[in-house]
Amino acid sequence: MAVTDSGQVAKRPSRLFKNMAAKIATVPMVLIALVVFVGCTLWTIYHSFTRSRLLPAPEKWVGLDNYERLWSENRWLISIENLAIYGVCMLVVSLTVGFILAALLDRKIRFENTIRTIILYPFALSFVVTGLTWQWILNPQLGLQNVVREMGWTNFTFDPLNNPEIVIYGILIAGIWQGSGFVMVLLLAGMRGIDEDIWKASRVEGIPAWKTYIFIVIPMMRPVFVTAIVIIAAAIIKVYDLVVAQTSGGPGIASEVPAKYVIEKMFGAQNLGLGFAASTMMLVSVLVVLIPWAYLEFGGKKDG
Amino acid sequence: MTHSVEIKNLDLSFGAVDVLKNLNLSIGEGEFLVLLGSSGCGKSTLLNCIAGLLEATDGQIFIKGKNVTWAEPSERGIGMVFQSYALYPQMTVEGNLSFGLKNARMPKNEIASRVANAAEVLQIEPLLKRKPSALSGGQRQRVAIGRALVRDVDVFLFDEPLSNLDAKLRADLRVELKQLHARLGNTMIYVTHDQVEAMTLADRIAIMKDGLIQQLDSPSEIYSRPRNKYVADFIGSPSMNFFEGVLESGTFRAGDLSFAMDGYVYERDGFSGAASFGIRPEHIATGDAVAASAVQMDVPIKVVEPLGADTLALTDVAGTSFWVRMEGAANVKAGDSLRIGFDPARGSLFDAGDELRI
Repeated sequence: MAVTDSGQVAKRPSRLFKNMAAKIATVPMVLIALVVFVGCTLWTIYHSFTRSRLLPAPEKWVGLDNYERLWSENRWLISIENLAIYGVCMLVVSLTVGFILAALLDRKIRFENTIRTIILYPFALSFVVTGLTWQWILNPQLGLQNVVREMGWTNFTFDPLNNPEIVIYGILIAGIWQGSGFVMVLLLAGMRGIDEDIWKASRVEGIPAWKTYIFIVIPMMRPVFVTAIVIIAAAIIKVYDLVVAQTSGGPGIASEVPAKYVIEKMFGAQNLGLGFAASTMMLVSVLVVLIPWAYLEFGGKKDG
Repeated sequence: MTHSVEIKNLDLSFGAVDVLKNLNLSIGEGEFLVLLGSSGCGKSTLLNCIAGLLEATDGQIFIKGKNVTWAEPSERGIGMVFQSYALYPQMTVEGNLSFGLKNARMPKNEIASRVANAAEVLQIEPLLKRKPSALSGGQRQRVAIGRALVRDVDVFLFDEPLSNLDAKLRADLRVELKQLHARLGNTMIYVTHDQVEAMTLADRIAIMKDGLIQQLDSPSEIYSRPRNKYVADFIGSPSMNFFEGVLESGTFRAGDLSFAMDGYVYERDGFSGAASFGIRPEHIATGDAVAASAVQMDVPIKVVEPLGADTLALTDVAGTSFWVRMEGAANVKAGDSLRIGFDPARGSLFDAGDELRI
């Protein structure tokens, strides 16, 4: 507030110049957000309607040609199917496994820190390392199948990475191995935030622990679950390096995923327009899920 | 008298730390017992042991004559109310009240009638369809009490139920709890660190310290005849004024101060030696009443605290701080000299060694 002589009415200082330093400090972030996120997204969408092949490439407008080609291509359809299978399974299994692990760790056990570190450890590895490790484990000559066969079960067969029918589940195993620990840590933090007295109250009422988890604790942990789901979902859409490290999309094109398709069209096949069309489709699919959810989550808040 | 809850030689230790030590306690049918003590004295631990939420290391617990030492909390016939209310936030008030009963596979009409009954007793009928987040602290605590009520149990356990409420609400709910006890007639065990709650609610108070019950008596007995110096110091606000001195052939001497203990009812006859004499601030006479007192003196006032209903004055007697409680209209200020008097028979004497009442 400006100090004035007595008798004079002090004028409210302009709001524009309040906290000037803070406003200046946010400018770079605002610019990056606008240019990189919004700007590049719009640029990508625009070029998905052109026949651009290389950067920088203002090319002829071709309308929906790229999209028609994309959806008639078998490889893209398999990619989408794989992503759907991987996504649904990854979400369900990593949340379930993560939650069960967290619930087990929450029972005041000994060596909790040690066990938590061990389970979280895969998350510290990069997808490439995880992918290679599981490629070895699932390799019929080196890994699990060989070990079991040498133990005597000579007919044992487990080589998902070489079977086009189930190759995506082989990749899924590695994804879950890496992701569950992280989900567990998130959910465990959420469980720790739950009042001890809630547990006591439910014990006094004779409610079994599993019922307390399902009907009381999980609803209370809703914000943590939302966080976990958003993070897992982002990782699912982006899945690329895991596939490259484990199968390179094979056998054949059986384990292709959209992110890999985009990268290869853009930088391998030098077909920028098609790659952009594919990445726009990925964006649209994310928005289709996100917008109704955001509307339900935040839209209703205005009334109450 | 039949015993509703009986605790025999109860021990509880966490590793090397003994929280409860060979504790014995019998609680009568329909009694309101308050466990009072400062934090860390083991009062909540004892309550959790009775509830079955903590496993006793040694000893036995009986509820209604049944040995429940190893029984699950839900099998003990108890209902419990927590400081943080511990309501299930995603359920309505009705859901909170009925969830435990549904889980016990009770018939629907029985649940409905119990919920309706509890809601009527606690006057929460208009709130039944609301979620706990839409309730005030006092209403939440009522719902929490209702959750114990619908279980139709013999013994109610309260773990500092009013500590999260503001002062006014606490006083209101305290009165309601007392009325509830009069109406239901159940045995209630109530843990608190608030001596006002303890004094107003209890039939008997158990004052605890370091896992031991220091005194188990009616509120008036605890107030007027504390069994040891800790109890004397703990009850009353401001607390009792103490003089360290010597008791010899019926006369207490502390420095220049000396007075005969005429009329004092001794717990131990013929004691002589180092002792402390304590007298409550409200038992000090001022003004005209001084003339009738056995001990009289002039003291300097250091601080005055006007509370409205009464006025507290911190004075100095023989080098020790000495609180005096006067009527609210008393016209005194710091620096004044005040004439006070007291009757030694209203005070308490404690052995300086074991701090027990003489």
